[in-house]
Amino acid sequence: MIKQIMAVFSKDVRSELRTRYALNALLMFVVTTVAIILFALRGEHAGPTVLAGMFWVAVFFTAMSGLSRSFVSEEERGTTMTLQLIASPTTVYFGKLLFNVMLTILLVAGVTIVYLAVFPAFEINDMSIFLLTVFLGSLGLASAATIIAAIIAKAGSRGTLYPVLSFPILIVPLMTVMNATVKSLEGTPFSDAMVDFVVLISYVMVMTAGSVLLFDYVWKD
Amino acid sequence: MHAEGVSKKFNRRNVLRDISFALAPGDSLAVTGKNGSGKSTLVKILAGVLSPTSGRVVYEASGSRLSSDEIRPLIGFVSPYLQLYDEFTAVEILDIIARIRSSGAHESARRRMLMEQFNLWDRKDDIVRTYSSGMKQRLKYVVALEHSPSILLLDEPTSNLDEDGINAVRKVVSEYGKSGVLVVATNDAVEAAWCSRQLKVGS
Repeated sequence: MIKQIMAVFSKDVRSELRTRYALNALLMFVVTTVAIILFALRGEHAGPTVLAGMFWVAVFFTAMSGLSRSFVSEEERGTTMTLQLIASPTTVYFGKLLFNVMLTILLVAGVTIVYLAVFPAFEINDMSIFLLTVFLGSLGLASAATIIAAIIAKAGSRGTLYPVLSFPILIVPLMTVMNATVKSLEGTPFSDAMVDFVVLISYVMVMTAGSVLLFDYVWKD
Repeated sequence: MHAEGVSKKFNRRNVLRDISFALAPGDSLAVTGKNGSGKSTLVKILAGVLSPTSGRVVYEASGSRLSSDEIRPLIGFVSPYLQLYDEFTAVEILDIIARIRSSGAHESARRRMLMEQFNLWDRKDDIVRTYSSGMKQRLKYVVALEHSPSILLLDEPTSNLDEDGINAVRKVVSEYGKSGVLVVATNDAVEAAWCSRQLKVGS
């Protein structure tokens, strides 16, 4: 099973490197979102709360533009049935989840680099809290985005549905990662961020378990 | 393979009604009917990529019922609406599919034999996007047959194929007609005659 999951993941990575379906969309959104935030702030000094909020706004909207591609590109190119014929639903789900986790981590890394470069006030004072927050936040974002992408891939108005469906499901992890990011910028003790990490870990576990149970039905018809 | 009272509705429209049949190794079935009669829908249900609204399809081996994970490696499926990852070369597609299936087919000489049979060996390293529709259809046969399935499901089997391609398909069909289970969905009387039994749907 793990070999097959890695084969689906590897297929998606190689396909992405050839077609650039998601990577180009992600890159353009990062640049556009950060530029708009820069224009909106107009050199104003923003505190950790505002910067942490803006950071995850950039990540959320960029993720919404790219993470659906894992399933939407299969549907648009008509390759869904090929995948259904060769792999079990669980294999496909975890292969796609892994691909979305990788994309989200790349995206968060990209947004972090851009933020560090253009916002001098975005100063990470506790690196361990920040790294754990972005890692768990990426897992949470990818776990929700993957199942929603599978659902909306079958729908007609995919582009509109994706952020609309994702937002209510992602409110909890988004609020939690924003809190934890503020703590990493302010340099509060690691133990203060533990509650946020517990919430994020629980969210990822519940979302992944629920997705595995639901995916069979979403994937087949 | 047992189809027991298989029906399929799309919204309120009945596409298939109470279809039942049983096939054993060596059996072949031609599914015929007008356009929109549900031939492709039935083949998709048999392949396990579509659920029936009511009824069921059961696969058995040595008296025990097979799970969907056990059935998947036994099925080879070819249809005009099945699409391959055309950003890859033919060999890359076959490698990717073999890895996902964990069939180890890429280690065998069977690939070369099939690619030569379907006249694709010389173009094996070309990107599939550059293939003609007939070549893509030939490649679908190689993909469907490489893991040596016991059940071959063909929807419009000679669609887009030239004379050589049709002859290659005919050879495959005659092999499966003897030892495997073959289902052909077609409107063509010649293709229907390849099979020992016929089922007309939508009548």
